[in-house]
Amino acid sequence: MDVKSFIAKRVAREFKDGNLVNLGIGLPTMVANYVPENINVIFQSENGFIGLGPAPAPEQLDPAITNAGGIPVTVKPGAAFFDSATSFGIIRGGHVDYTVLGALQVDEKGNIANYMIPGKMVPGMGGAMDLLTGAKKVIVAMEHTAKGSLKILKKCNLPLTAINAVDLIVTEMGVIEVTPEGLVLKEINPEYTVEQVQAATEATLIIKGKPEIMKLD
Amino acid sequence: MNKLINIEQAIDLIKDGDTIFVGGFLGVGSPHRLIDALVKRGTKNLILICNDTGTPEVGVGKLVVNKQFRKIIASHIGTNKETGRQMMEGETEVELVPQGTLIEQIRSAGYGLGGVLTPTGLGTEYAKGKQIINVDGKDYLLEKPLFADVAIIAATKADKFGNLFYHGATRNFNNITSSAAKITIAEVEELVEIGDIDPDIVHTPGIFVEYLVNGGK
Repeated sequence: MDVKSFIAKRVAREFKDGNLVNLGIGLPTMVANYVPENINVIFQSENGFIGLGPAPAPEQLDPAITNAGGIPVTVKPGAAFFDSATSFGIIRGGHVDYTVLGALQVDEKGNIANYMIPGKMVPGMGGAMDLLTGAKKVIVAMEHTAKGSLKILKKCNLPLTAINAVDLIVTEMGVIEVTPEGLVLKEINPEYTVEQVQAATEATLIIKGKPEIMKLD
Repeated sequence: MNKLINIEQAIDLIKDGDTIFVGGFLGVGSPHRLIDALVKRGTKNLILICNDTGTPEVGVGKLVVNKQFRKIIASHIGTNKETGRQMMEGETEVELVPQGTLIEQIRSAGYGLGGVLTPTGLGTEYAKGKQIINVDGKDYLLEKPLFADVAIIAATKADKFGNLFYHGATRNFNNITSSAAKITIAEVEELVEIGDIDPDIVHTPGIFVEYLVNGGK
């Protein structure tokens, strides 16, 4: 299994039956593929519906039904369409249980930067600031480092998308919980040692006893 | 009262220097024929308020490529490299706004509100210069109303009074922007007689729509 699928599969284990979940673009979108069969998760698409389903067969394709990345999708029975005011009322109003997003940087206070690199890449925040502010739980799903450069920092130095927002960080190396004391390494991928995970993390990881082995099933 | 006009008459209503809302989300639910006609007309120095700037080939992005805007207010421009280029090179002013905030600013304008209070963006660079208001111990940003001269929107079905119905995820910004412009022009796929849309399923009441353009599928 490739690294991104591994991360997505671990994230999917967090959900409980009946949760409303919003997935960001990229790696987070893959999480939908790994939700356990006995768990019914409802996905929101911030462009205007809940009940997001899988990609359509060619004969099912409807150009009016796309995800927030503009990719054609289907809706599941029980879905509902709405306008952007309702969509962001759902998001800001605390009705979304989990949002899963990628990040450029996360720090030990749960601050997150994921919408711009000044002078280089300024795509805009889209719905990310609202999701980070309004979702009950925020999971960052990302590769632990960016080609060797560290992303889990003491303090983010890129413009923040939100402050004190992140609850859990899931990478190919482990699962890190953001707590008032700092970042706690809860689970570790057995392919790595605690020292290796720490070496790939600028922030000091808090180890309480022995981290559990990262399980996908 | 005849709201039905042709596409040229519709484009006559947009003047150089106007502020325009354009409905749609990455081109889904955008008024494509009106956009193409506005590109052809070449109306200049416009201010755009839109969720995103589409792609260079799709939706409102074509107007960006044709350099018809002096300012763009949007939540996301990452799918249109031309918007980013114009911003970086100082050709076009770009103001990025969180998606949920943008729709509420438009809703405030249309619904008679002096703005909205939202926690989205607190503590980030985006909040700089914005008024913070504390309500019962919680901080919020004051976000002021956003009006436009003309809204160009798209709907799946309309009656000749302008009552609108949207299929799938096409409601997005169309519904709310119709309330906040001096003139709203709806491009519709299917036009029916007054009384042929069940009042129970009207998404946008016809009183928000000044003109209709019969766009076809």
